[in-house]
Amino acid sequence: MTNVPANANELTIAQARDALRAGDLTAVDLTMACLTAIDAGDTLNAFVHKTPEIALDQARAADARLAAGGAPDLCGIPLGIKDLFCTRGVPSQAASNILRGFRPEYESTVTRRLFEAGAVMLGKLNMDEFAMGSSNETSCYGNAVNPWRIDDRLLTPGGSSGGSAAAVAADLCLGATGTDTGGSIRQPAAFAGITGIKPTYGRVSRWGIVAFASSLDQAGPMAKSVRDCAILLQAMAGHDPMDSTSADIPVPDFEAALTGDIRGKVIGIPREYRMDGMPAEIEALWHRGAEMLRDAGAILRDISLPHTKYALPAYYVIAPAEASSNLARYDGVRYGHRAKLAQGDGIIEMYEKTRAEGFGPEVQRRVMVGTYVLSAGFYDAYYNRARKVRALIKRDFETVFAEGVDAILTPATPSAAFGLGEMANADPVQMYLNDVFTVTVNLAGLPAIAVPAGLDGQGLPLGLQLIGRPWAEADLLNHAHVLERASGFVARPAKWW
Amino acid sequence: MSIDIDTARRVAKLARIRVDEADLPRLAGQLSGILTFMEQLNEVDVTGVEPMTSVTPMRLKRRADVVTDGNIQAQVLANAPDAREGFFAVPKVVE
Repeated sequence: MTNVPANANELTIAQARDALRAGDLTAVDLTMACLTAIDAGDTLNAFVHKTPEIALDQARAADARLAAGGAPDLCGIPLGIKDLFCTRGVPSQAASNILRGFRPEYESTVTRRLFEAGAVMLGKLNMDEFAMGSSNETSCYGNAVNPWRIDDRLLTPGGSSGGSAAAVAADLCLGATGTDTGGSIRQPAAFAGITGIKPTYGRVSRWGIVAFASSLDQAGPMAKSVRDCAILLQAMAGHDPMDSTSADIPVPDFEAALTGDIRGKVIGIPREYRMDGMPAEIEALWHRGAEMLRDAGAILRDISLPHTKYALPAYYVIAPAEASSNLARYDGVRYGHRAKLAQGDGIIEMYEKTRAEGFGPEVQRRVMVGTYVLSAGFYDAYYNRARKVRALIKRDFETVFAEGVDAILTPATPSAAFGLGEMANADPVQMYLNDVFTVTVNLAGLPAIAVPAGLDGQGLPLGLQLIGRPWAEADLLNHAHVLERASGFVARPAKWW
Repeated sequence: MSIDIDTARRVAKLARIRVDEADLPRLAGQLSGILTFMEQLNEVDVTGVEPMTSVTPMRLKRRADVVTDGNIQAQVLANAPDAREGFFAVPKVVE
């Protein structure tokens, strides 16, 4: 073999697919390159359970399938899997001590689909505990670290899919799965200079993914390019009888949609996303992104989404409410951790001690907030009111789409990556503000993608977000593809780890 | 809305999470901060708006009411902290 790249782990999925099919590369060599990079990248704390034996078995099977011809796009492509996905026989802890030792007897639909398509699992990826966090600092495994660095400080890769973002940005894997309840794919993608898409609610099955807030949770891919996201989403998406909210509608060919032609498309620029105190660099990047789309033939239109400012407070009622219900199952009976009991302790003490030991502070806080807003006397004042505001937020989007808007351009995050520990003494609400541009999309169930679009003055990546119509991921990816090409973002973090 | 220590203790009890007495004031303060943040929702006119139940209007799929799996007792119990004789085991519930 003469065309084997020196560092195959640095390839995109599309490049690796073509090299594997051409016989220039074997899945085993590609997997070995990733496993070597993972071992050399322990400082990043991205992979928290490594599965080299599974990976090499899958890679050998992929090579046989490739040799036979007609192998799917993902055949032999090494991926990292967020710890939130249940993977059969492999620790799946949602980065929580309460699930220590849990080895699922079943496979999530998303990972099953990926493995059936020939993908290789390198291991499980760090994240915020139960996906509750925006900095990967609530993980029971410790912080994941952003491969981007500008001084002595270690920076957050964002959260909750922080390990996924760090692993992809550091070339430890070719792509990764993420999940997004309030921005947990898009914010880390933006912080790490990679691409991530949250699909329309119902596009990807939630079966076998540890539930946080079931009406908001949606899994999606995180990868090095828009094309790679398209390839991954193709394999992940589709109807699943095991998830009653999974949509029984056809999945289009996402990669074929990347034509680069967006002439005549209407791009909405929502005035409510121009936040007070937003860094000028982010405002400028947003403006440049809009110009790039206009230069490609799109029509810019100023739009209003009047209830935007109420999205965060509505989210921080609804998500904890659903979480308090979903997390009631962690009681020390059926799986995971059970506290050591004292003489005479009954079942209530077992629940209370188990949950106090097993859940970290942020998860405890959210479960208690959720318990409070659902409790007698407060249900209408908080939970029902939040659900009404949610309906209004969705209506805002429906109105602009009905008026002909095809996609909406916004910043992905209100800042670049910040230092690990810098928010340690902040009010919990300060951390929640990270989701200000992303959370509306979950409340409305829409697809949205974060695309790296430039570096800030310090040299850290900044992302832009495109929001699409329901089920219009194909168009959305095409818009993102145009933005990706026009911005020409090719910066990579300099290897220091 | 300010959460006092008694309310924090009650919420912790409802959530089945043991919180030490000494930690209750800090918890009450944090919960109050979060609830104050939520109070913004009171500015919104929600007259005549139905609370959203499903983000995508869809009728849940139905299927025949028949058993589709089962007979996997060992798998069900495989991750239990304490399983005996085919059951989950817990501390004595009835005195």
